[in-house]
Amino acid sequence: MESCYCIEPQWPADELLMKYQYISDFFIALAYFSIPLELIYFVKKSAVFPYKWVLVQFGAFIVLCGATHLISLWTFTMHTRTVAVVMTTSKVLTAVVSCATALMLVHIIPDLLSVKTRELFLKNKAAELDREMGLIRTQEETGRHVRMLTHEIRSTLDRHTILRTTLVELGRTLALEECALWMPTRTGLELQLSYTLRQQNPVGYTVPIHLPVINQVFSSSRAVKISPNCPVARLRPAGKYMPGEVVAVRVPLLHLSNFQINAWPELSTKRYALMVLMLPSDSARQWHVHELELVEVVADQVAVALSHAAILEESTRARDLLMEQNVALDLARREAETAIRARNDFLAVMNHEMRTPMHAIIALSSLLQETELTPEQRLMVETILKSSNLLATLINDVLDLSRLEDGSLQLELGTFNLYAVFREVFNLIKPIASVKKLNVSLNLAPDLPEYAIGDEKRLMQTILNVVGNALKFSKEGSISVTAFVAKSESLRDPRAPEFFPVPSDNHFYLRVQVKDSGSGISPQDIPKLFTKFAQTQSTATRNSGGSGLGLAICKRFVNLMEGHIWIESEGLGKGCTAIFIVKLGIPERLNGPRLPFIPEVSTSHGPTAFPGLKVLVMDENGVSRMVTKGLLVHLGCDVTMVSSSDECLHVVSHEHKVVLVDVCVPGINGYEIAIRIHEKFTKRYERPLIVALTGNTDKVTKEKCMRVGMDGVILKPVSLDKMRSVLSDLLEQ
Amino acid sequence: MDIANQLQRQFMDYSTSLHREGFVDDQFTQLQKLQDENSPDFVVEVASLFFEDCEKLINNMARALEQQQGVDFKQVDASVHQLKGSSSSIGAMRVKNVCIAFRSFCEAQNREGCLRCLQQVTHEYSLLKNKLQTLFRLEKQILAAGGSIPIVE
Repeated sequence: MESCYCIEPQWPADELLMKYQYISDFFIALAYFSIPLELIYFVKKSAVFPYKWVLVQFGAFIVLCGATHLISLWTFTMHTRTVAVVMTTSKVLTAVVSCATALMLVHIIPDLLSVKTRELFLKNKAAELDREMGLIRTQEETGRHVRMLTHEIRSTLDRHTILRTTLVELGRTLALEECALWMPTRTGLELQLSYTLRQQNPVGYTVPIHLPVINQVFSSSRAVKISPNCPVARLRPAGKYMPGEVVAVRVPLLHLSNFQINAWPELSTKRYALMVLMLPSDSARQWHVHELELVEVVADQVAVALSHAAILEESTRARDLLMEQNVALDLARREAETAIRARNDFLAVMNHEMRTPMHAIIALSSLLQETELTPEQRLMVETILKSSNLLATLINDVLDLSRLEDGSLQLELGTFNLYAVFREVFNLIKPIASVKKLNVSLNLAPDLPEYAIGDEKRLMQTILNVVGNALKFSKEGSISVTAFVAKSESLRDPRAPEFFPVPSDNHFYLRVQVKDSGSGISPQDIPKLFTKFAQTQSTATRNSGGSGLGLAICKRFVNLMEGHIWIESEGLGKGCTAIFIVKLGIPERLNGPRLPFIPEVSTSHGPTAFPGLKVLVMDENGVSRMVTKGLLVHLGCDVTMVSSSDECLHVVSHEHKVVLVDVCVPGINGYEIAIRIHEKFTKRYERPLIVALTGNTDKVTKEKCMRVGMDGVILKPVSLDKMRSVLSDLLEQ
Repeated sequence: MDIANQLQRQFMDYSTSLHREGFVDDQFTQLQKLQDENSPDFVVEVASLFFEDCEKLINNMARALEQQQGVDFKQVDASVHQLKGSSSSIGAMRVKNVCIAFRSFCEAQNREGCLRCLQQVTHEYSLLKNKLQTLFRLEKQILAAGGSIPIVE
């Protein structure tokens, strides 16, 4: 037993110690085996552990240590060589692994430490990002506030609301202590405190506009920090506290008159208001950049909103003004209409009322003239008659003139004999001329057409008036009346540049010149001649009476006939020439308005006026057919009767001189017949004359008849005289 | 001659009364003027034609207006138009005036109004027929007595 190196227990009494060592080893082994298990367990749980193989190494190291301690349990008692060998193996392995682990840890621990630094670094970064996020959020909120502010400002067009809202919202967004708006006064030399946030009724502080601090603010479009002590910022009563920072910004006010389409206003003509914002006085707040930007943006928006409000105010005012004017105009128009109506009524009544006694006077005086009278009585009666004739003429003139002025007078067009008109005028004035011992001559040009279309009565009235004036104002000498067709060169008169005569095929211009050798007219009186009621003041004219209306009426008539009238005179005592040109129509067979409703002038024909005249009568109505036939037979015609349009077209031949067609029968179209007859007979001398019988006298029927080529229209029921005159007129053509 | 004069005076009074009461108007006078040696019975012929026409038209209108299933107003209107034409040709003033009113009822398609007018027309027509027949009888009597029919202006 000397070769065994195991230590024999020397002290059997130290069995206790041995027992404790035994137990401790056992527990150590247990612990050493359970630690890796725990490690494995927890590492499995955590997904992110980059050093697994380190763990394995560690685990191996611990297991082996445990194994060593476990095996050493057997060495406390007598043990075999195997146990010793195992013990040695395990110790060797343990040594190897632990050295390897130790070496490896040298590599790993710096890495692990650096992980820690990185973690710290990331934490710092996260904190920083948080801070920045906070900042961005603040900015975004500010942006939202701006948008909301803008929306509030632009949602109203009332200027006060805009400004009020601006201040309130700004105050809220930026948590201001005070916010004020200074507007320039009318004179532009001062700024007046107009709106404040906290003080309800701002006192009318004014501050001169040319302070350096104000100029500084106005010259820049940015918000400018100003000193709390400057006059515009002294809005609060001075307190113990340190006043907060104050910022001022300009608000451009666009003046309406600055709006020009092509030229936008220059900066120098702009007016500005001043907005002053004060931070709370006892906070240590400073103006941040984003807050300043907010203020600038708001100021711009306010400017735009204010200009819109101004435009709206202006246009509302203009519209109200226009409405008022409209109402006034309407009222004036209605009053004018009432006045015209009243005048017309008055005239109509007065006309009748005035004419009736007038006629009585004239009639009775003429009757009186026929009776036995003493010379003085006769003189008196003649004077009465003359005066009442004058008065009657005056009444007629006045009525005519007022009707002419209204435009309610219309010419009564008809075909008439032009030569006859002149002859009649001549015959009327010949006696008066011979009494005054004046020579009157009438020259009618040979190319003057015999018949013309126009208003015969009014033309005669005009000629009579002009010639009558010539007579009135001439005491001696001669009067010559010339009439001819005016050619285009002579139509234009330099004195009437607005008169543009247009010659055409259906019309001609009649020019009448009345030259007298009377008292003449001075050149300055000539324009007054045609104004009504105006008379020249020369003594010669005052005795000749007259209302002064005659020429005015003539001028109106001539104008209605699309013509022109004027007077030439070389001066007082040198006589004068009255010239007028009127437009008259040329009567043609087919063109121009024929005379459908010929007045009932009974010609001096006998009962058999038209012997053997072949007439075709088309009428559906048996009774009226018979009556028409009876009429025509009485006049000596040879009548053929048909009762339908087909029959009519069948029977009609060039032997029939006249075809009478009833056009007011529904169904049978008399107009058709006219067209067909035109088609059937192309040569004019072969075609019979077509006359329509109708019960309608309106213009539409007349025009329709003209359009289809009828030669005349007769109104039913037809009288003998009417038939006779129509037929004779037709056949004369 | 006395009888003739008496008859003539009677004729003239009667004629004047016809005019005054509006049974006939100037057109009738025109017709009378047309009567001469060549056509001695002109007025009687026209009058008989008128009466025939009238009766025919009145019957047409009565039949058309009695239709229960929708009255053909166009047809009635055409008849009234004819009647109006005839009556104005002969100078039957009252008949013509009723025709004018009748036409407006036709245009308004008023059956009640049309029936009333038809009644009126019939009434006027029979009155006129009686009066004219009396007038013509007087004329015949005058001619038989050897007188001539006076012209009433």
